[in-house]
Amino acid sequence: MKVRLKVWRQKNAESPGGFETYDTPDLNSNMSFLEMLDVVNEDLAGRGQEPIAFDHDCREGICGTCSLVINGKPHGPHRKVATCQTYMRSFKDGETIVVEPFRAKPFPLIRDLVVDRKSFDRIIQSGGFISVRTGSAPDANSTPVPKIHSDLAMDAAQCIGCGACVAACKNASAMLFVSAKVSHLGLLPQGQPERDRRVMAMVTTMDEEGFGSCTVTGSCEAVCPKAISLDFIARMNRDYGVALIKGEPRRNQASEGGA
Amino acid sequence: MKVITRLWRSSLGKKYLMALSGIALWVFVIGHLLGNLQVFLGPEKINGYAHFLKSQAGLLWGSRLGLLAMVVLHVASAISLSRQNRAARPIDYGAGAPPLAASYASRTMLMSGLIVAFFIVYHLLHYTLIVPAVNLQGVDFATYQRKLADNSETPDVYRMMIVGFRHPAVAASYVIAVGLLCLHLSHGLSSMFQSLGITRFSREGRDCFARGVGLLLFLGYCSIPISILLGFGKEVVK
Repeated sequence: MKVRLKVWRQKNAESPGGFETYDTPDLNSNMSFLEMLDVVNEDLAGRGQEPIAFDHDCREGICGTCSLVINGKPHGPHRKVATCQTYMRSFKDGETIVVEPFRAKPFPLIRDLVVDRKSFDRIIQSGGFISVRTGSAPDANSTPVPKIHSDLAMDAAQCIGCGACVAACKNASAMLFVSAKVSHLGLLPQGQPERDRRVMAMVTTMDEEGFGSCTVTGSCEAVCPKAISLDFIARMNRDYGVALIKGEPRRNQASEGGA
Repeated sequence: MKVITRLWRSSLGKKYLMALSGIALWVFVIGHLLGNLQVFLGPEKINGYAHFLKSQAGLLWGSRLGLLAMVVLHVASAISLSRQNRAARPIDYGAGAPPLAASYASRTMLMSGLIVAFFIVYHLLHYTLIVPAVNLQGVDFATYQRKLADNSETPDVYRMMIVGFRHPAVAASYVIAVGLLCLHLSHGLSSMFQSLGITRFSREGRDCFARGVGLLLFLGYCSIPISILLGFGKEVVK
């Protein structure tokens, strides 16, 4: 099969970009979308043209490095998969496919289809540490976790931090990502000591990075390769409100003639 | 104080303000409908209700100022959040597809809200400040008075409603504005649970509740101008 690609090309953040159209060489329909781009790049390089820059790493849907907005949808036409697990058989022979980078102010473009998602790393960093006993491995089952909490925490921990939620959201909101990270530790006993501090810090960093806010359109959930639920955003909203009301931990006021 | 500045500075805090002010405005929308529906119980009932409201100056002005504060809070947070949201997504996608899975109501909240806000200004000029120029009937509603038992005069709200809505353009603008308000509520009421972090109810349940309430309010509000256009209360028009 062959397809026609309409790809966003941009040398760097400073220079203007635009769509270029390429007709692919003959493709195997069982190639992944990224393998198709490899073939196109080989062809481009063979003809002395600059290959298309795109992000990729594990190519098995667990690293969160691949991105791309394919025909207007982050990670391509299917639900619950990343671009690397999208195969050419999902497209029609001769189809024109529009390929764009993730668009959001906190994800500045580096080149062609590659954007800088370090703002996510800064949000994670601001979340800080958790207080756990180090040393020898604890006995199994020494910390009881209710089944429902462990299930929900694992659902949240599925998030691979790819940024598709931001790319899909009309407000470029990172709330699905932040809420998954907040909930994943907030649901487990090990995450309790810093629970309030963590949600406050991560939401503050999220705002500082320039992400938009949630208007509950559900676009993020629809494109998430790991099917993170919108319910986590409600959970984060509640955690943040509770932390805001509780305020920073502080000592009791000294009584008259105090200690 | 620190909590208030923190609330206003954070995107989540502003969403709480949106949700809480939204609840207050929604309660007013229900109360206003229940008050207006008394038109079907005849002139005595609704005029008596209007007279009761007018006679309670404290209650009336307290609610008016409270509502104004809620409107200001709701609109100010909405504008501030929308500006941040637009700044966060400066470049749109070339593929031209609408945001995935996003309902029409959810994509048009700002627009539906602003149109309703402008309609409310018109509606206040029409019936509260009774500016004759906007009723399109060439009459002055201020002259619609009725005598009470002690010979004092009070506004004849029943006649004002009937005459006001007999103009098709006035009735149509009302139906459109109420339609937009209910579209706004069909998303807003459900999102309110999400913004406040209330996960007690399932998402399907919340959506169903919001759409159901939106539809009921729409039918309730529209029943008034439509009945009047169809001839309800025409005996008051000479």
